[in-house]
Amino acid sequence: MSTLLDTAPTGAPSSTEEKDTTRKVAIICSKGSLDMAYPGLIMANAARMMGMEAMLFFTFWGMDIVTDSKVDRLHAGMLGNPSSPMPHSLMGLPGMEALATRMMKKKMDELDIPDVRELLETLDDAGAELYACQLAMEMFGLDEADLIPQVKGVLTAMDFWTQTDGAQIVFI
Amino acid sequence: MSTLTLAGQTLEVDAQGFLLNPDQWTPEIATEMARNAGIDPLTDRHWQVLDFCRRDAAEKGTPPTLRRITKQLGVPTKELYALFPKGPGILAARIAGLTKPKGCI
Repeated sequence: MSTLLDTAPTGAPSSTEEKDTTRKVAIICSKGSLDMAYPGLIMANAARMMGMEAMLFFTFWGMDIVTDSKVDRLHAGMLGNPSSPMPHSLMGLPGMEALATRMMKKKMDELDIPDVRELLETLDDAGAELYACQLAMEMFGLDEADLIPQVKGVLTAMDFWTQTDGAQIVFI
Repeated sequence: MSTLTLAGQTLEVDAQGFLLNPDQWTPEIATEMARNAGIDPLTDRHWQVLDFCRRDAAEKGTPPTLRRITKQLGVPTKELYALFPKGPGILAARIAGLTKPKGCI
């Protein structure tokens, strides 16, 4: 079992054999807006690309990312975001969030960034493990059939800590 | 920077084992690099990926991202991870004698 202390940069050179210690990361996704979904997914995917172990834990509004009926309808949350390119007085108007979402999706398409559903499929194919939060499932009245098939299981908060022993934890 | 001896050649490599002088790359070096990464032997399918990476890098000036390899070469993500279990994002480019890919996906 690897720990935080014996981590080595994956892919470090060696004239004989590479180190077997594997870095491990667990990312908690607690927000369901487009701009909060991508960072966790991209970072987890990059970790796998480098040979690190990666786990994603979806909770609270982050459940939207793995809820089948919602994953294709995530929005760019601009209201309350100081970095919003548009004035807040305008962002509150009807249709503005949809416009911001469309603009962001268009830009991502130009850069060949996959949509969220495709990125989740890629993560699963890449061997990242996706888990949903039991309490959030109960709160939102969801069961496993409501989730995308890439979700490996449902964990309690204590299960999460058991599974992530030795991992670096990121909360989004 | 450090040096590494592979296939009878002394090579300068960066901290992640990427060749600093890509002209030194030979298929024999690739075979030994792969072996050190637990890939033995390099199969035809590995070589398809490595050849594509080299060709694409020569054309574009930068090694392809994993997404580009899957889309352009038609090797599925799952298979790429089976071919390069310790991280295809790093290993494919490194074994192909290229620089570290700049893309995030």
